[in-house]
Amino acid sequence: MIEELLKELSTAVIDGNKDKSLEITNKLLELGLSAKEILDNGLLPGMDVVGVRFRDNIIFVPQVLISARAMKTSLAILEPLLSKSDLRGSGTIVIGTVKGDIHDIGKNIVAMMLRSSGFSVIDLGIDTKVEKFLEAIKNEQADIIGMSALLTTTMGYMKTVIERLKSEQINIKTMIGGAPISKAFADQINADGYAKNASDAVKLAKQLMGIALREE
Amino acid sequence: MNKFLETLNTGKVLLCDGAMGTELQKRGLPSGACPEEFNISHPEIIKEIHKDYFNAGSDIVETNTFGANRARLKLHGYEDRVKEFCLAATKIARSVCPKGKFVAGSVGPTGELLEPLGELPEEEAYRIFSEQVKALEEGGVDVIYIETMMAAEEAVIAARAAKENTSLPVVGSMTFELGKAGLRTMWGVDIKTAVEKYSEAGVDVIGANCGKGFDEMIAIIKEMRPLTKKPIIAQSNAGIPEWIHGMSVYTETPEVMAPKAEEILNAGVNIIGGCCGTDPTHIKKMREILDRFEYNHI
Repeated sequence: MIEELLKELSTAVIDGNKDKSLEITNKLLELGLSAKEILDNGLLPGMDVVGVRFRDNIIFVPQVLISARAMKTSLAILEPLLSKSDLRGSGTIVIGTVKGDIHDIGKNIVAMMLRSSGFSVIDLGIDTKVEKFLEAIKNEQADIIGMSALLTTTMGYMKTVIERLKSEQINIKTMIGGAPISKAFADQINADGYAKNASDAVKLAKQLMGIALREE
Repeated sequence: MNKFLETLNTGKVLLCDGAMGTELQKRGLPSGACPEEFNISHPEIIKEIHKDYFNAGSDIVETNTFGANRARLKLHGYEDRVKEFCLAATKIARSVCPKGKFVAGSVGPTGELLEPLGELPEEEAYRIFSEQVKALEEGGVDVIYIETMMAAEEAVIAARAAKENTSLPVVGSMTFELGKAGLRTMWGVDIKTAVEKYSEAGVDVIGANCGKGFDEMIAIIKEMRPLTKKPIIAQSNAGIPEWIHGMSVYTETPEVMAPKAEEILNAGVNIIGGCCGTDPTHIKKMREILDRFEYNHI
């Protein structure tokens, strides 16, 4: 029964059916399952599938957003029941679209996938100035900073942030992504990593944290 | 009939300009600044860019209004200056436009997500685009260019706004990338759907812009050509940028681009030009190729 329901929950997330996702989450709680079990064995496996399908161009941005909404609906009930350690799991990432850039769809998908993989994600939103990044890194004791840019006119700001981190001797891993970003660019500005898509971003974050990757 | 469409109908292939954004950067736009505000604070720079493109052989230049819509300008606190920016941009382009050449009013996406995925209601998006295209027509553009669209719904709303609020011809373009599912936008829109949706919305010219470079653009145009009788526009990026000496530099030089541009012409486009990373040297090269192409096809 519980196994079945967890599977249905994964499917509800994959299909982006938020009503169903909410209903099953409540049912599982009534049956005595812990929030952590529901998250790890129902919601997250669903989002894993979404991530792989997105990477493989089986689904596109709209479908991912619909799935994310279903997951969020369930997570809203689970979050108060989860302990801090349940949420922190893999590490803490501060993420944002850099100054001057308002494009956040890719960044939002990456944030969601990272959350789905057990990272605690602090999303600073769009148009993020270096000071805001620094403040969040300090307050949250973040392990990784993730920066996104869609415009060639804003990607240079990533360099500004990385240089500032260095000059202030802040020891943190840096990862970047976005349409105009390449591995070569990441190397040039001394970022620790570049991810081509949300699925790779999760892999990269785990690598940066020294977490063994699960076989696919 | 509108002079722009009339010229296109003669079968002549028109040459558009190259990038505005990356050129602005080269000429002093700071990282993160509002490009459209430069129409007011640095009109001489915008003027130079247009002039350089006309001198390189462009038949059409695009106004510096890609992001001059209320939703995008809001980021900089300029949401109430849509009309001012559009009028200024058009005036600058017109002031250097030779007789018989054209000024196109650039219209980019809102940058927001439409309902129900996001929070932007359809009617609001329609109002946002209407405000921009009306200002562009008032300023005196010859044609509206809707470009870099990724969601079919937003593209259609923009096209409708242009068709219903102006008497100008409308170009509708989207940005495709090659993935495992073929050529699609980030929203999953394939070329066939893009052609259908834009056609239903009544656009006069259909095409593609931006993207990963000229090789992919060749594939896009080859797929699109058999699907429509309408004129097709192709404006590719000059490859993918690399970061050199603190600037994003695009990898496809005019020489690398040349044979690929020729292939795009052979695939049957009616307007060719460039997007991010292309500059007046690319356009000059395209002019040579285009002149040769036209000569061989008389």
